[in-house]
Amino acid sequence: MSEGGVAWTVYDADKMTQREIYGAVLSELGDRHPEIVGLSADLAKSTKIGVFGDKFPDRFFNVGIAEQNLFGMAAGLAKAGLVPFVSTFSAFASMRACEFLRTDICYQNLNCKIIATHGGTSFGQAGSTHHSTEDISIVRAFANLTVIVPADAIETANAVRACMDVDGPVYIRIGRGFEPRVYESEDYGFEIGKAVEMCPGTDITVIGTGVSVYHAVEAAKLLKEDDGLSVRVINLHTIKPIDEEIILKAVEDTRRIVTFEDHNVIGGLGTAVADVIAASGKGCAFEKVGLPDVYSIIGYPEDIQNYYGIDCDGIMAKVREVMGRDFEADEDWEDEV
Amino acid sequence: MAITDQEIAELKEVARKNRIDTIDVTGWAGGAHIGGALSMMDILTILYWKYLKIDPSNPDWPERDRFVLSKGHGGVGHAVVLANKGYYDPAILRDFNKTGSAFGMHLDGNKVAGVDVSTGSMGHGLPMSVGLALGARCKGEDWLTYVMLGDGECDEGSCWEAAMAAAHYKTGNLIGFVDRNHMMIDGPTESVMSLEPFADKWRAFGWETREIDGHDYTQLATAIEFAQGYTDGPVMIVANTVKGKGVSYMENDPAWHYGGLSAELIRQAKSDLGEG
Ligand SMILES: Cc1ncc(C[n+]2csc(CCOP(=O)(O)OP(=O)(O)O)c2C)c(N)n1
Repeated sequence: MSEGGVAWTVYDADKMTQREIYGAVLSELGDRHPEIVGLSADLAKSTKIGVFGDKFPDRFFNVGIAEQNLFGMAAGLAKAGLVPFVSTFSAFASMRACEFLRTDICYQNLNCKIIATHGGTSFGQAGSTHHSTEDISIVRAFANLTVIVPADAIETANAVRACMDVDGPVYIRIGRGFEPRVYESEDYGFEIGKAVEMCPGTDITVIGTGVSVYHAVEAAKLLKEDDGLSVRVINLHTIKPIDEEIILKAVEDTRRIVTFEDHNVIGGLGTAVADVIAASGKGCAFEKVGLPDVYSIIGYPEDIQNYYGIDCDGIMAKVREVMGRDFEADEDWEDEV
Repeated sequence: MAITDQEIAELKEVARKNRIDTIDVTGWAGGAHIGGALSMMDILTILYWKYLKIDPSNPDWPERDRFVLSKGHGGVGHAVVLANKGYYDPAILRDFNKTGSAFGMHLDGNKVAGVDVSTGSMGHGLPMSVGLALGARCKGEDWLTYVMLGDGECDEGSCWEAAMAAAHYKTGNLIGFVDRNHMMIDGPTESVMSLEPFADKWRAFGWETREIDGHDYTQLATAIEFAQGYTDGPVMIVANTVKGKGVSYMENDPAWHYGGLSAELIRQAKSDLGEG
């Protein structure tokens, strides 16, 4: 990683949210990268890009509440040779500014980094206008765009640093700030496009992204204790480009895969994984869990996750259900392809 | 005079009660967009208690005037107004923001009686209001559409696209308000993204524009009655207000755009509002 050797050692992820760590990391990157500029649309405080703005007022632009202009201006700054970091809520980055992101930034393949906060149902009490349960589906379809959903604050630090290595647009979706910590430290080998096996397992594979990774890891521990199940957990932090290898290995090794995401089941993580499985010609028992094509209920994020079965309880129940299915494993893949 | 001193006194008392209830709901909810709910409260009060043609017992009455809270984050204040008008039992606001409640920060028209359109994402209310106004005209109906914008919200290009369309189609049945409290989230509007000369912008876009004190009931009544009688095109009432109006520690402090209230802060707010 070209951003290695930086003096950040321990981010106290128990005390700092994903957004706060993002703001801190970006400010430090700003010291070494005079080409970085920041933009927000009256959400400098809320997204924490304002930490960068306070430190580099001449390199920060608050455009007011105007997300289309926000992404258009970022494209112009990128065309002028700067590296814009753009932050607003993910509902507005992916939907309000959708075509500006797609046509101005992705189509022109500009070196622009979008850090979209309040992803999924993390802004639960704000209601559907502020829930972002379609963004992965939308931005995944933009050619040239790298799409990352960090599991926690520590992975956010890694992703924000690593996106500087990508010469093109990157969309990083983070939460509102109450995501539990998954990682102890930053050095677990984060690499864009390479998913992380969180725990080994041979009976079934659970693939999560974002906040679901924490719940999957907890569920795997309990399923081992309670049911003696060996659950492999994969943190698929990069939705695009997707790590096909780790998915196909899971198909071969465990023959059962379930995906969990804080997103509509249409078009997100589960769909991306299903695409890989379907194209391989190798079958396996498969389920994708997320919001069942509805606008979420209002409420605390943890309650919403429980309601839609994407928390620890939901993951345990779904794993048991899929384990109970009569899935006939075929030992010889070759004659099926 | 379009409004009597006695009416003004009564409306002020209703607004005071609405503000106190908004403080309570903010406390129960664990936090709300309190600053902007308080700044627009006098306008909402005079509209709902004097001018809107509505029937709370029949929220879907086809002939009713429509009210669009384009600055949908003011939902906590709108929810209190609707409850106190009798659309539903105020007690259900104890569940505001709670899991499974019909009431979140931004009101959902499919769940909350009296909410004509769902808002919360800035810059959608005016386009929908222009559509409502044209819809009434298409159907030959004489109800009016009232819409409340935030001043920061007016940064959104879609507001001005709709403004152009309203003037172009001469929607004489559309009455707009901007809650000109001079604040948005990241600070004062004029330091984040300057709006001035603001009233002139509306004039240049073809709106008959009035600039008033949004806490003065005589000025509000005069402007609203003018707008009701003006049928040549849309009218914009730029109402100068104070964010957090009525609560000493909130007034004009952008930090109170959104906030939670401790028991002590609730007590202080209520005493500022003349209670307790
Ligand atoms: C499209 C969109 N972008 C951003 C937001 C987040 N947001 C909520 S309120 C607000 C500031 C609103 O300021 P203003 O319109 O002046 O309202 P007021 O000061 O009256 O509360 C912002 C940026 C949003 N709701 N919608």
